Amino acid sequence: MAEVDAVTTAILKGRFEQIADEMDATLFRSAFNPIIAEAHDASHGIYDATTGDTLIQGKSGLPIFVGVMAFAVKAVIEKAAGGDGLHAGDVWIFNDPYDGGTHLSDFRLVKPIFHDNELFCFIASVGHWHDVGGNVPGNYNPAATEAFQEGMLIPPVKLYDRGEFRQDIVDILSANSRLPMSLYGDLNGQINALELGERRIGQLLEEYGVDTATSVLSALKERAAKMMRAQIAALPSGTVSAQDWLDNDGITDEPLKIALDLTIDGDRMVMDFTRSSPACQGPVNISRSTTVAACYVALKHIFGDVPANAGVLEPVEFKIDPASILSVKAPKPVGGYTETILRLIDVVFEAVAQLAPEQAMACAYGTINALSLAGHRADGRRWVMFSFFGGGHGAHGAGDGLNHGNAPISTATIPPLEILEAAYPVCFTQWALRPDSGGAGKYRGGLGAIYEIELLEEAADVFLFGERGKHPPQGVVGGAPGALNRFAYEQDDGEHSPPMVSKMVGIHITRGQRVRLETPGGGGYGDPAARDASAIARDRALGYVTERQTS
Amino acid sequence: MSAVYVIGVDVGGTFTDVFLLDEVSGQVLVNKVPSTRGDQSKGFVEGISQKIADFSDIQTVIHGTTVGTNALLERKGADTGVITTQGFRDVLEMRRRDRPTTWGLRGAFTPVVPRNHRLEVRERVLADGTLRQAVDPDEVARKAQELSAAGCEAVCVFFINGYANDANERQAVEAVRSVWPNAYVTAATEILPEIREFERLSTAALNAYLQPVVSSYLDRLEDGLKQRDFDGDVLIVQSNGGVMSIDTAKHYPVRTALSGPAAGVIAARAIAAAAGLQNIITCDMGGTSFDVSLVLDGEAALAAQTAIDFGMVIRTPMIEITTIGAGGGSIARVDQSGLLQVGPESAGSDPGPVCYGLGNTRPTVTDANLVLGRINPDRPIGGKLEALDIAAARDAIDVAVGRPLGLSTEDAAEAVLKIANAKMAGAIRLVSIERGHDPGKFSAMPFGGGGALHTGALIKEVGLRSALVPRYPGVTSALGCVVADMRHDRVQTVNRLLNEIDAKALSDEIDATASGAADLIRVSGVNFSAIDIEVELDMLYVGQTHTVSVPVEAGNIDKESIAAAFDAAYRTSYGRLLEDIPRRVMNHRVAVIGRRPALDMKLLVGEGGKPAEQCRIGSRRLYADGAWHDAPVYERLSIAPGSRIVGPALLEQSDTTIFVDPGLESEVDDYGNLIIRTGKREE
Repeated sequence: MAEVDAVTTAILKGRFEQIADEMDATLFRSAFNPIIAEAHDASHGIYDATTGDTLIQGKSGLPIFVGVMAFAVKAVIEKAAGGDGLHAGDVWIFNDPYDGGTHLSDFRLVKPIFHDNELFCFIASVGHWHDVGGNVPGNYNPAATEAFQEGMLIPPVKLYDRGEFRQDIVDILSANSRLPMSLYGDLNGQINALELGERRIGQLLEEYGVDTATSVLSALKERAAKMMRAQIAALPSGTVSAQDWLDNDGITDEPLKIALDLTIDGDRMVMDFTRSSPACQGPVNISRSTTVAACYVALKHIFGDVPANAGVLEPVEFKIDPASILSVKAPKPVGGYTETILRLIDVVFEAVAQLAPEQAMACAYGTINALSLAGHRADGRRWVMFSFFGGGHGAHGAGDGLNHGNAPISTATIPPLEILEAAYPVCFTQWALRPDSGGAGKYRGGLGAIYEIELLEEAADVFLFGERGKHPPQGVVGGAPGALNRFAYEQDDGEHSPPMVSKMVGIHITRGQRVRLETPGGGGYGDPAARDASAIARDRALGYVTERQTS
Repeated sequence: MSAVYVIGVDVGGTFTDVFLLDEVSGQVLVNKVPSTRGDQSKGFVEGISQKIADFSDIQTVIHGTTVGTNALLERKGADTGVITTQGFRDVLEMRRRDRPTTWGLRGAFTPVVPRNHRLEVRERVLADGTLRQAVDPDEVARKAQELSAAGCEAVCVFFINGYANDANERQAVEAVRSVWPNAYVTAATEILPEIREFERLSTAALNAYLQPVVSSYLDRLEDGLKQRDFDGDVLIVQSNGGVMSIDTAKHYPVRTALSGPAAGVIAARAIAAAAGLQNIITCDMGGTSFDVSLVLDGEAALAAQTAIDFGMVIRTPMIEITTIGAGGGSIARVDQSGLLQVGPESAGSDPGPVCYGLGNTRPTVTDANLVLGRINPDRPIGGKLEALDIAAARDAIDVAVGRPLGLSTEDAAEAVLKIANAKMAGAIRLVSIERGHDPGKFSAMPFGGGGALHTGALIKEVGLRSALVPRYPGVTSALGCVVADMRHDRVQTVNRLLNEIDAKALSDEIDATASGAADLIRVSGVNFSAIDIEVELDMLYVGQTHTVSVPVEAGNIDKESIAAAFDAAYRTSYGRLLEDIPRRVMNHRVAVIGRRPALDMKLLVGEGGKPAEQCRIGSRRLYADGAWHDAPVYERLSIAPGSRIVGPALLEQSDTTIFVDPGLESEVDDYGNLIIRTGKREE
């Protein structure tokens, strides 16, 4: 392999990153559904030709995909090896969550990039589609006990075969979605992104040559590993433990444990999850690849400098019981994977806080709160309003947590309520910060939010997939927990809360009735008694904290 | 004697630049005086009075200001209150549920209006404009008195869905004024009648927050000028690159957020147009950042919205400026993985680069330029220092870069420049290639102090056609004030399916908007060569959330022409059209532009000029491409048009140094600009 100097390496790193970023931007702008266009629930990257390892990942995509996409590319490599191989002009498409990670809503397109008839790398695009069939519009089905109730499952198949578009594949996909128009628009956006990526990589290879580019990509991986080892070595050696809980699996109201024993041994790290609960009946299971990816996200939040490529995990050893909730196989339901990985990130934060209090962050609000309202308009047209809601970030060693932030696994923004009201027959009656929801501490957790929605059509069904209704986001270094998640809905006989606290399918409401979601704040940091008197006075004056919480 | 001067004044953090044009004799004067912090109007008047005795000779003063920008960045606006719909007091603070950085959850946000100054009243409008609950003026009046008692100076009234029906908002504003006579009461939809509640409120709240500060500054400025018997017009440069009257600026100060940088881009556009270049990328290199802007076919690219800081969103058209953290003060270091990094950490201008000797020991881009002989150690730019410390710069580069990477001092310094140049090249690619433009059709135009040292590298790295270094890079923004057109932008949310639109009504509404804005331009008292009207529709397929800008022709708007224009715009942006999906018109946007007569840029070139050989003032050892060269040094402003200089060479003037790289050659054009291009002569 060609020897490449450090300066060229740095320059090409910037060029490759720019290509991935540009692919992100292309899809965000042209996507149809707001989960991609506004919430940026998508990602693009460049992957190793032989192993599928992540080499470069776009900066603006969903953080959780940084780790998980390598598994998706590996799945295509294996499938192609068992068939007629890889060819220029092929594009593979699939959403199998057991090989590729995450859940059925995430459709992956993988394209091998050839240069002078040699495979140079893969590029891939993943995006969260609006609806992929299954029992529940929007696919967050808290009552699912098998993947078949969550949506269609497509194994790796060719969308383009040697450059030829296979309309039959699109016909199958469209026939299985409640929103085929949206699906078609998003699919086109992803194809645009891949075409652009292929063009840009081609230009770069013309300029620098395959040898130089290949050397640079492998050098970047080695450097990432080196950097991660340096970060780990700076932590004190030893083992710390943390555990946290999911409310339930949506089927049985029993808590599920996520436990981590974290060992630092010189410049290596062991993340042992064997004490976690076994696989459950409901949809909060995740595959092993998703578990690994979530740990990557947590580590990158703590050690901000490490680059987004496979080298980062080289010095990290994982111990995950194949029978556990963190390593399931088909057809176990995985639709609520977001809740489980948020809890994984929480336990990593809680464990690292014991090793390096100054670098620590308390837990963020810890639930995605996928809420959908669906029904038919007077003229018979179907509507589905589906969105994720925000909450407070955890306090940290340098200050209070952010009020109303996005989840650590995403960089999603929330759609404007005026856009939602213009598109769906609803009227928000409240969209506000939630006082007293941030965990007390020397530094206070950020505030969660209150969203209250009134139905303007004759009838609708409401679906919610949330967490943290029984086990609040934890504080660290002596900080107090944030408030619990709360959901209430109005019906003719008065106000109710779901039996599974934050998970429910098909709540029927009628015109004028409201649903109300109160989201958790973040955990506190440090002893509440050490909080500055002026900060306490300010919290009271601004109404962040009321007498109720102080007394 | 009648008024003959048109004067551009750009007030920056350090200097106030003045550009004076005598419209009768055609004479041009420039002046540079220290800015007066605290009250910029003093330095402003001083900068003019040093050159002009009788202010009644001045016809028009055009001003690029950073008063608004600084008040936003330093959070020094007025105490402001918000009166809003019940249930929505926290919209400003909740933003769009984002965070400042992707990685690390350590962000914080303090809104400019604190929570206890955001009060709610009962009222509600639905998305289709239906009035669900009428506002109660008495309740609004009580809230207004509460804010007044709490010490607020400005008030913004913001109601949900006000863009669809502003009746409640207008009534509430009247109610506020009835109990609290105050010039600083605004309705959010008056500032921005566009869907998206956070963006509208943020823009309107920042406008209210700035109003008392910017208005009082502009009042002081007018007083200062009047005391000198000034009887002309004062115009203010807006972020969109056009000017507005001083009264409009007092009403809409948020439109001045990028006033200063916009003036620079406008000047660049005019200088390039005179030199026959329609496509340029402006490069403004400061101490901590590198700002680029695109001018395509003679028009500066505009962005629909900009965040001045995290959560401080302003949604009005602004010159699109892409900023990266690579300036003269950017610090070079080798990271834990052994990779050389330059920036975004910066030593700024104080303590500044190691060679300033003011306490910084970590090497910067400027230190690398000095070590490689590109900067004259005995003639520092800005005039603050006597000399630059080369030995200290060499040491710092050895310690931080040379030894860790096993490179000689010179090779280490060159590596630092390569990384910095690669980052700048990335910014240029971002605005050109990533938008589908071929960089080979663009010329780089550096202004500010340091840019001209790096343009050669950018030509090579990105494949730009050439670089144009203007004759006076240091007063570019003041020149921009003088040549800027007058411009008013209007937006209104429509939010209707194309096939359900009443095209006649839409067309009439657009015409009315345009003629209202054109009237404002006609009464401004300024001379225009023409008034242009540009109309765009923000459109999308049903189901999408991001719009494409669809230019349409005013007076010729019907469903067919809109549909055809959308298809063309969509195809250009994304490649493929989506058959059978209905199209929606989200907003209409009208820009009315009063074109100012072009300035003859030849006025910038002084009399005479000498052949290059006679302007040579010495030579310097210079390191480039891994070898030492003996490079001639020229006194730039003395060189006559038509002279040709082959790289490597250095050209010095009081406010910049130009480096012509080996393999490049340069020529002074008829306007005194230096054009740099690759040695391969075009046949």
